[in-house]
Amino acid sequence: MALLEVRDLGLAIAAGGRLLPVVRGISFAVEENETLGIVGESGCGKSLTALAIMGLLEDTAIRITGGSIRFEGRELLTMAPAERRALMGNRMAIVFQEPMTSLNPVYRVGDQIVEVLRQHRDLSTSEARERTLRLLEMVQVPEPEQRVHSYPHQLSGGQRQRVMIAMAIACDPRLLIADEPTTALDVTVQKEILELLQDLQKRMGSAIVLISHDLGVIAETCDRVAVMYRGTIVEEATAGELFANVAHPYTRGLLASIPPADRDVEWLEAIPGRVPAVDQEIPGCAFHPRCPFVRDLCRTARPEGRDFAPGHSIRCHFPREWRT
Amino acid sequence: MLGYALDRLLTLVPTLLAASLLVFLFVRLIPGDPAAILLGDAATPEQVAALTRELGLDQPLWKQYFLWLGNILEGDFGTSIFFGKPVLAVIADSAETSILLAVTTMGWIVLIGVPIGILAAVRQGSWIDQATSGLAMLMASVPTFWLGLYFILVFAVGLGWFPSSGFPSITGEGGLLNLRYLVLPSLTLAAPNAALIIRLVRASMLDVSREDHVRTARAKGLHPLRVAIKHIFRNALIAVAGAFGFTFAALVSEAVVTETVFSLPGVGRLVVQSILRRDYPVIQGVILIVVVFYMFVNLLVDLAYARLDPRVSLK
Ligand SMILES: Nc1ncnc2c1ncn2[C@@H]1O[C@H](COP(=O)(O)OP(=O)(O)OP(=O)(O)O)[C@@H](O)[C@H]1O
Ligand code: SF4
Ligand SMILES: [Mg+2]
Repeated sequence: MALLEVRDLGLAIAAGGRLLPVVRGISFAVEENETLGIVGESGCGKSLTALAIMGLLEDTAIRITGGSIRFEGRELLTMAPAERRALMGNRMAIVFQEPMTSLNPVYRVGDQIVEVLRQHRDLSTSEARERTLRLLEMVQVPEPEQRVHSYPHQLSGGQRQRVMIAMAIACDPRLLIADEPTTALDVTVQKEILELLQDLQKRMGSAIVLISHDLGVIAETCDRVAVMYRGTIVEEATAGELFANVAHPYTRGLLASIPPADRDVEWLEAIPGRVPAVDQEIPGCAFHPRCPFVRDLCRTARPEGRDFAPGHSIRCHFPREWRT
Repeated sequence: MLGYALDRLLTLVPTLLAASLLVFLFVRLIPGDPAAILLGDAATPEQVAALTRELGLDQPLWKQYFLWLGNILEGDFGTSIFFGKPVLAVIADSAETSILLAVTTMGWIVLIGVPIGILAAVRQGSWIDQATSGLAMLMASVPTFWLGLYFILVFAVGLGWFPSSGFPSITGEGGLLNLRYLVLPSLTLAAPNAALIIRLVRASMLDVSREDHVRTARAKGLHPLRVAIKHIFRNALIAVAGAFGFTFAALVSEAVVTETVFSLPGVGRLVVQSILRRDYPVIQGVILIVVVFYMFVNLLVDLAYARLDPRVSLK
């Protein structure tokens, strides 16, 4: 049994009485101890998928239109709210894309970590404080004794993200979702944070879902990779297989456009055009308006998922066309 | 923080000087001669002239101003033309009523405005939200004098729960029980202000609830009520604190109508009557004290901001 199993998950934006699909039936699994990378351009639904797993779509315009999310064998989508809250921040935790704004500005960072510890662990305040100090050491925040008393605005972006990571790992989660944890940070800091995550995973033995729009980042850190395009997983394989044997034209485009390390690339030059707007219906393969290998079939028939090689699945009528 | 407060108080000096001059001139603009009004219709011009001289009102304006200002610096606000008593004593007589009225009113505003505002925000879009927004609309739009009369009719005359007029001092017979005289007036005065706070609390909470850190709080698995109070409301309070301050300051002027409806011996009524009597020293004294009070509340609001929001530094 996988730690996390997402089956046919569908998400839609409720807008003006209509439901615009953004995540169109995606399935993937995460094993204990594994790092799964989810990669795709901006707006393809990576964050929404993460929020759906964490149970953070309530009070938003996003609706879950179908599918199932099983965690440790239990279905999350029908779970009672109180039961689900007992998992959140505890068995599963998340680090967000926006370190600058994800901490509460009016509380000291130490107290914000203490809060999650006290929520899920039967600790006295002083025990929780003690553990908070050790967590800050683990995430390599310098001078933790002083930093616990800092307010978020007194910390740099990198330090805030470290605090967020400390908060996320506070209760030893089995699953840690890291949603573009370094996108908002300086390049040097990016590297450090990624190394920190890998290091922590080794020490804690938890599974990680690492979301990124940068295949370069994914290549360095992940065991397995799922490539997302417009709410669909178009290719999935172990990292080794994927990079040795790229089969989907979109993944190939992403690879060709791994950005130089000093630039945050919003759109990718190697793939012409941009991700179409959410409300735009595209018949056939969703990638066909931008695909260099498009043929007639692609414009009318939506490709089904199939195995390209053992453990390597793909959604494309004409994979690896560039060989011929 | 203390140093900052002292700095701020020093910067008040020029403002106060300007205010004192404005107050002084404004009062002289009220048509009518205090001596003539005090003596009544039967007075002869000679009597009026004699009293005018006695009151110092025959002196040039600038002389009167500096005399007044000089005395104030020595703590002497002059003598009431009408009561013949020191102005400060006259004001002190009505200050008890006004201060107690303002404090109980603020109590109601917080007690009514904050929980209902939180409830409306937490249950956004539900019937509770709609009912409270209707209630707030009603509270804000009913005229104070009408609400006051209505309260008197129902709770004083009809049900006999509360007295309808006057306010015996809490230091006299009856002691603190006399506060029941202030229940209806303070509720009357609180209604429109509480409505404002309801809406402000709701709106600021909805603003804050869209911020990223609230998502973090939810991701910790906290109970929604804890998220609402500890994370959302606590941040919304930064915006609401200012409104509390300004509401409190504005009560002074809003109280005039309420004090009239409930025949309360408060400062508001003192000002109105003093204007009718052309009791210059009292009007000047009250307005000057109110200006100081406003400035003080302003300072308190700024100090509160600094306490509530660690990002604000007092400089
Ligand atoms: N609360 C919301 N209301 C309406 N639309 C939303 C909301 N959140 C996201 N969307 C839309 O849903 C789509 C998918 O968003 P999502 O945040 O999952 O993208 P992403 O893959 O994480 O992109 P990025 O790399 O920019 O973070 C986007 O088009 C976005 O505009
Ligand atoms: S199905 Fe056709 S259009 Fe879509 S990615 Fe494959 S080749 Fe390109
Ligand atoms: Mg995202």
